[in-house]
Amino acid sequence: MIQTRGLTYCYPGGPALVFPDVDVPQGAVLLLSGPSGCGKSTWLALVAGLVAPASGALTVADQPLAALKKIAADAWRARAIGFLPQKLHLSAALTVQQNLALAQWAAGQPEDAVRIQAALQSLGVQELAGRKPGQLSGGQAQRVALARAVLLQPQVILADEPTASLDDEAAADAVGLLLSTAKTHHATLVIATHDARIATLIPAGIDGQIGFQPLRLLRKQL
Amino acid sequence: MKTLSFAWRYLWARPLSAALNVLLLSLGLASITFLLLVGHQLSTAFDRDLAGIDVVVGAKGSPMQLILSGVLHLDVPPGNVPLAAVRALEKNPLVARLIPISLGDNFQGYRIVGTSHDYIRHYQATLAQGALWTAPMQVVLGATTARKLGAALGNTFVGTHGLGTGGHAHGDSTYTVVGILAPSGSVLDRLILTDTASVWKVHEDYTAVDAEDRKIMEEEREITMALVQYKTPMAALTFPRYVNTSTEMQAAAPALEISRLLNMLGLGTDVLRAFAGVLLLTAGLSVFIALWSAVRERRADLALLRMLGAPPAKVAALLLCEALWLGLLAAVLGLALGQGFAAALGWFLQLDNSLLIGGLVWPPELAVVPALALGVSLGAALLPALGAYRVSVLELLQSR
Repeated sequence: MIQTRGLTYCYPGGPALVFPDVDVPQGAVLLLSGPSGCGKSTWLALVAGLVAPASGALTVADQPLAALKKIAADAWRARAIGFLPQKLHLSAALTVQQNLALAQWAAGQPEDAVRIQAALQSLGVQELAGRKPGQLSGGQAQRVALARAVLLQPQVILADEPTASLDDEAAADAVGLLLSTAKTHHATLVIATHDARIATLIPAGIDGQIGFQPLRLLRKQL
Repeated sequence: MKTLSFAWRYLWARPLSAALNVLLLSLGLASITFLLLVGHQLSTAFDRDLAGIDVVVGAKGSPMQLILSGVLHLDVPPGNVPLAAVRALEKNPLVARLIPISLGDNFQGYRIVGTSHDYIRHYQATLAQGALWTAPMQVVLGATTARKLGAALGNTFVGTHGLGTGGHAHGDSTYTVVGILAPSGSVLDRLILTDTASVWKVHEDYTAVDAEDRKIMEEEREITMALVQYKTPMAALTFPRYVNTSTEMQAAAPALEISRLLNMLGLGTDVLRAFAGVLLLTAGLSVFIALWSAVRERRADLALLRMLGAPPAKVAALLLCEALWLGLLAAVLGLALGQGFAAALGWFLQLDNSLLIGGLVWPPELAVVPALALGVSLGAALLPALGAYRVSVLELLQSR
């Protein structure tokens, strides 16, 4: 779950952003939309514990983030947050298997080949384990990046612009994949996007288990 | 261990850049290895060959030439001195021991040295085969000489006039090998040793026209020089001055002359050392540029590692480990190249039967090479690692 109260963020020498309060139950989907520069990325960074709010309270995956020190925040983020960036950032120097092992290393966990294989299998890309990212199609790369995001069984998946530069069919596939993966892992899914198509691709109250909550962020300054 | 493993993969994801950086660092380190090896071996050879010789007495001329020719056997001697004058010196109360050295001939470039058994005892050399000479025209071969010539006991040969190859052969005076020394690591290894009388015999047989002439030559016999050991260190204050002012000979102190020689060599060594330093500095800059570019190129990848839970220090450690690999590879390659250069120099010099310099020597001062390699590579990586430490995840999120 994600709960925010009176959240604001100040850029050094820049404007202060004011965010609306949010309550997202575990397993729900939050669609975070709004024009470029409205604060979507900052909101994601706040939820991931990467930056501290100027004011307000923030609880993510039952963890009040204000109580976490920096190193503890890193360890918590590794366990609780799965991240799917817009540019997938799979390391070209490493194979798919090694890219997932890198995520385990970043999280301070020993390499677990069985778990990696299971994550790849859950996304249907287990046969790609030995390939380098340059040898993958766009769809395959996105599945691998999603396998990396869910590798450590996070409670929250943050997807940043997952449909940018995809055609309609690919965008529908990507959103469907995100929804089913979040459902499989019973994770709260946050999709930050300025792509208006996504709202139409997420049916409200999918099979009665996942709630869909749209949140349109508009730049508000103190 | 995983950090090292990932760093290795990241490093070789840019193989040309990595290989060039390793090569550049290695060349600087190889130069330093080479200088250290040559310096160490020269110093060891000088210390070993000069030990126990307080002064060398020979013909007037360059004192350094006297030392180089008579002790290290690297140069031609300035001339000969009368045997009678040397015998008079032997009776001087300040002299504990006097070893005669007579030069003039060689066999296939190996010097034939007329001397006494004291010369062999002085370097504590032992016989590997046979015995020491008991009569003129018997020779004992140094270990290297015997090995290079493929000589065995009982072999015979004739010497050639002069100290280099190509001189006139003394065809009527045959030497017989009666002993072969075990390797001593001293100058004896590359000499052919015989009784002083052998040298007189060869040259008297060659030049005497009749018995009368031979008798005159016997009365005017000479040797090339004498290695002198004092009875007391106080002799150093008076003995050389006595020889230089009261006789037709000169006394040269090996320690003083070698110190002068090393000072002269020092200028060349300093130039080489500066060159190696410039190479290392260039290599350090190159490593810095490569890692700095790597951080810029991989900024988003590094930010993603932070997003995946890696603390900033872990992200920076990845960069430092890449530099560590560069340093380690360059240290191994630099040491190997340096040893190769020294071995090549040794091979080149041995053709001339001169100084014993070679590769595969591991003096303790070589420890400076890996230390320099790691220092330069890690030093060059500090700023890029700081960049990696400070990488902003917000940039990753905001990059579209």
